[in-house]
Amino acid sequence: MKTRIFRSAEDQTGAGTADPTHAVRMGGQVLPAAVSEASETAGDADRIEAAAESSRQADQTVVATPPTGPIKIAARDVSVFYEGKQALFEVSLDIPDKTVTALIGPSGCGKSTFLRTMNRMNDTISGAKVTGRIAMDGEDINDRSIDPVLLRARVGMVFQRPNPFPKSIYENVAYGPKIHGLVSAKSEMDGVVESALKRAGLWDEVADRLQSSAMGLSGGQQQRLVIARAIAVNPEVILMDEPCSALDPIATARIEELIDELRERFCIVIVTHSMAQAARVSQRTAFFHMGRLVETGDTEDIFQNPRERRTLDYITGRFG
Amino acid sequence: MTDATSDRLAGATDRTRLDRLRAGLKRRHAKEARFKWYGRLAIAAAVLFLAILLVRIVEQGHTAFYSHTVTVPVYMDPARVDRAYPQGSNFEQLAAEQQLARWGVQDDAAGRASAEMRGLFSSELKFVAADLVAKRPDVIGETVPLAAPLSDDADLYLKGEISKSTPEDQRRLTDRQIAWLERMQAEGVVGAHFNTALFTNGDSTQPELAGVLGAVVGSALMLMVTALIAIPLGVGAAVWLEEFAPKNRLTDIIEVNINNLAAVPSIVYGLLGLALFINWMHLPRASPLVGGLVLALMALPTLVIATRSSLKAVPPSIREAALAMGASRTQTVFSHVLPLAMPGVMTGAIISMAHALGETAPLLLIGMVSFVPGVPHAIDQPVGALPSLIYIWENASERAFHERTAAAIIVLLVFMIIMNAAAIILRRRFERRW
Repeated sequence: MKTRIFRSAEDQTGAGTADPTHAVRMGGQVLPAAVSEASETAGDADRIEAAAESSRQADQTVVATPPTGPIKIAARDVSVFYEGKQALFEVSLDIPDKTVTALIGPSGCGKSTFLRTMNRMNDTISGAKVTGRIAMDGEDINDRSIDPVLLRARVGMVFQRPNPFPKSIYENVAYGPKIHGLVSAKSEMDGVVESALKRAGLWDEVADRLQSSAMGLSGGQQQRLVIARAIAVNPEVILMDEPCSALDPIATARIEELIDELRERFCIVIVTHSMAQAARVSQRTAFFHMGRLVETGDTEDIFQNPRERRTLDYITGRFG
Repeated sequence: MTDATSDRLAGATDRTRLDRLRAGLKRRHAKEARFKWYGRLAIAAAVLFLAILLVRIVEQGHTAFYSHTVTVPVYMDPARVDRAYPQGSNFEQLAAEQQLARWGVQDDAAGRASAEMRGLFSSELKFVAADLVAKRPDVIGETVPLAAPLSDDADLYLKGEISKSTPEDQRRLTDRQIAWLERMQAEGVVGAHFNTALFTNGDSTQPELAGVLGAVVGSALMLMVTALIAIPLGVGAAVWLEEFAPKNRLTDIIEVNINNLAAVPSIVYGLLGLALFINWMHLPRASPLVGGLVLALMALPTLVIATRSSLKAVPPSIREAALAMGASRTQTVFSHVLPLAMPGVMTGAIISMAHALGETAPLLLIGMVSFVPGVPHAIDQPVGALPSLIYIWENASERAFHERTAAAIIVLLVFMIIMNAAAIILRRRFERRW
């Protein structure tokens, strides 16, 4: 269903009546009825041709508003291949520091793939290849001289499903500082664990059971524990891959609050399926579609005044 | 569902639709019930066979766990006891003659009566007496009670294994011997005891003196060698293949070959061991070292496969979590993945060790079918092993070895059960932690 609506939009452009980006820039209005009718009657061959045409035209990313403030991560022409199949097409995106940047888009659009390029987690998948340049503070993170182990100490990650280690709450948080040799004394470690748990808003709930298993916590608590684990090593960037998709609304609200607080200290990039969540927590939004970055800009801009037809269709729930 | 079908269903009246559903439902339930019965029958058959096997073994073997001893007073005749070399004295003859004299039975010129009487005593009597004399030379000239096992045939008769109704020339005991045995029993000098010899002795040509200890120690030494070699190698290979190896043609070939090796008959490993370890490396034949090496080769593929499958079962999210925290691959594997896979790894290790314990064919080829008396204590000495002991005893001509064969099987099964129970307990303990 979603492809039909998507294609119908392009159908019209394929007819050559107007420049598609131009038409959308006219204010992101809902399509006139005539357009949908035309699409209904158009043949399949035309539709496919039109879709191919649109993907050629869509190579260019629309930057609605350039980011303000210092840029933490600058991605240029980043492509990712899995076993020779391209999953991400020349994505260029600037991610500002001390800001929440939301990556949105339908399933399989490449937003998680892009997220995983930023801490080189794609390295762990055999057959994955990343091209292009990702610079963090001006330094290419894919450079040979960069150790992914060190990079991941600077770029933390939170996954879709809470994945605490099957160890105690304390050990979970202490793990990062321990392996990176950041903390040696036990008393110092206690302090690090406490402050990380406090910053993750979990301390009050677990202070009296630090030595019990992390697996006994609720889903929301586990996800906050995972965030505490990530911030315990004081990373510069935190990547979150749909951190709330396995949680109930109350737990989600707590995580969102937490993200808002963490923004003051970290550069946060969050992949989300929820438009509402992107609108609530992020200042910058990047919309991905079919492996391409379609549009990026200030969240407010993207949601209220998208310049790309597909962005509009997606955020208004016409597909995705 | 196609549109046509849904239309038809929607178009049909509720009644016919329900009827159709009901008819289908009945068929589905019948199928389920049938399948349940297949399962129950299969389980019942398996349990039945197992029960028959166990009952048969216990029935045949339980009598081996007790044996009869006789206590006879013996006058240590200074004229016939060699003070300097007690082992050289014929204590059995002495005891037999004195027993006959007490009963007033005249020995014939050929000494047939005393020979028959002697046949009731185990040769152990001689060693009991010799030991006594060696320890306390002052017993010479005195009458002392000597306790020793009955001979295997006398023991079998008392256990009801030899029937008096069998013609005399077809049984191992003469009528006279049976009469004497019964007289001794009536006099109360014969008693049944737990057969400690079975557990404290090595193999012997005398069934009443033969025990499994030598084979148990031999098997234990061998398993030790197997475990020391197979577990580190197998787990290491599995960890490397699963967690570190690049996925390419070479590792594919290795994987396929490991699976093939797991299916190679164990006797082939025996041949390999014979050629490699004995003929080429000149390691001592029939030693636990060679046996352990062969069994380690045999256990490796199974161990690698078991370890790999338990590593595979560790959720990838744990690996991702550790890697994303900046743990190196080695740290990820050794502090997260391997501990989580540990119950499976240990179960695999113990099961493959239990398998190795019961393996017989390769042992036959490396010379472990030889008769090894006594208890071994080094890994380069020839030893027996439990499965080969069972094989040797089963082939022995003395009837008393038959019950001992079953007893040795019971001992082997007990070891297997202990190992499997250990596997279960370890798994429980490690799983309970979190």
